[in-house]
Amino acid sequence: MIEQLAGSWNYIIVIILMMTGLFMVIARANLVKKMIGLSIFQTSVFIFYISLGKMAGGTAPILDGNPDTLYSNPLPHVLILTAIVVGVATTALGLALILRINEAFGSVEEDEIIAAKASQSLARPKRPTSEAAE
Amino acid sequence: MVSLVIDIFLLALLVLIAVMVVRTGRLYAVIVMSGAYSLTSAAIFVNLDAVDVAFTEAAVGAGISTVLFLAAMAYIPADEKPSQNRNFLAGVICIGAGALLLLAVMDLPSLGDAMAPVHQHVAPRYLAESGSALHIPNVVTTVLASYRGFDTLGETIVVFTAGLGVLMLLAGATRTNRVKADNRKTAAKTAKPKTNKPKTAKPKSATKTARTKA
Amino acid sequence: MNQNPVFRVVAKILFAPIIMFGLYVQFHGDFGPGGGFQAGVIIAAAFILHALVFGLQAGRQIISARVNLWMMVLGVTIYGAVGIVSMAKGGLFLDYTALTGSVGSGQHIGILVVEFGVGLTVTSVMLALFHAFAGFVEDRDK
Repeated sequence: MIEQLAGSWNYIIVIILMMTGLFMVIARANLVKKMIGLSIFQTSVFIFYISLGKMAGGTAPILDGNPDTLYSNPLPHVLILTAIVVGVATTALGLALILRINEAFGSVEEDEIIAAKASQSLARPKRPTSEAAE
Repeated sequence: MVSLVIDIFLLALLVLIAVMVVRTGRLYAVIVMSGAYSLTSAAIFVNLDAVDVAFTEAAVGAGISTVLFLAAMAYIPADEKPSQNRNFLAGVICIGAGALLLLAVMDLPSLGDAMAPVHQHVAPRYLAESGSALHIPNVVTTVLASYRGFDTLGETIVVFTAGLGVLMLLAGATRTNRVKADNRKTAAKTAKPKTNKPKTAKPKSATKTARTKA
Repeated sequence: MNQNPVFRVVAKILFAPIIMFGLYVQFHGDFGPGGGFQAGVIIAAAFILHALVFGLQAGRQIISARVNLWMMVLGVTIYGAVGIVSMAKGGLFLDYTALTGSVGSGQHIGILVVEFGVGLTVTSVMLALFHAFAGFVEDRDK
């Protein structure tokens, strides 16, 4: 029982983290917290992949010339390595959208944005800052 | 055995940080905690033999990503407002989905199982060939750049495109905006010395006006 | 931007070593942990540190917005060009062995150049992201 729990501990934690991230995305109205919830979700998937690639008694996949050495699986490492950098780029894109939303509606809370959108009767949002001043 | 204990402890720490992130309303604290979350997960990656991934996660997640969030926070209200309560609905969805996923975990091979399907297919070939044919010790680099070079080309293009998207959204790198910016620049040149000085105070006051106006 | 002498001195001392470490990670990626993605982020971190302490304008004097954009494009182009060259030499797209004709040297050169392209793109994209966020209002007010 303990053995089995230790063997799947990583996966259990991954699921808890994943659901925590999903909970943040659904339950929190603040867009920044939604983004952070997404990145928690994302990191949990990273940990899942890396856990799959782990080999018992293995070491990092950097060859040392000894034919008896066991190595962990390098393939998940490659996939996740690139996913992390792509992840930060897409997170930045989401943040940029949040800044623009904040500029157009004066809020980053989902409820307020929906209310503002309804009161504007779905018209194209006016930019409150520099463009009006021109 | 030691590595397993470290693994269990760090993962528990990760859950603790995640729960604290959910419960905190001050966004600056949340962002710093998500940096700590990234650093902890980098430690987990080292423990799971993924040194390259840990390297990237520590540099990107704890470094660049935190800096970007903090830079964006200069324009966004610092506190989360209490909102319509959707905790119950979200909780039901998450617990339901989590229970289903836990059922699926029963079928997964246990951590580190050498007979797991992941270790059977292409990975042994990569590990064997990288040393004997290519003479490059870091197998992650060979798989990244050579065996799966096409993937990496795509990923690089995704990073590039996301960067372009942010530039278009924030720096106004579109054609129509460039004309406007040129006009603005010539107009601003006459009154330039005034606008450049109070740089530190500027972002905050600007967001305040944006907020009050809306 | 920041007048505190501790920040300024520490930033000046750290700037060059961080870039050197980034270059080490970039070109030593074949033998140890590292590669274009990590190196790009580390080198960008050096420039971000500089911009945080000395101000965005000082950062833009080192690498202007225009140069930064061209660096982004150049990185992806270098990567794609390696594929085109290997096709011109009679191999498949991104088949590095065709670059020199032998597996050992061809793969080495191909991986090095490709990783350099990745590093260039990641550095400049991260730098552009930081400047876009930090200089958001300033750019609009001009």
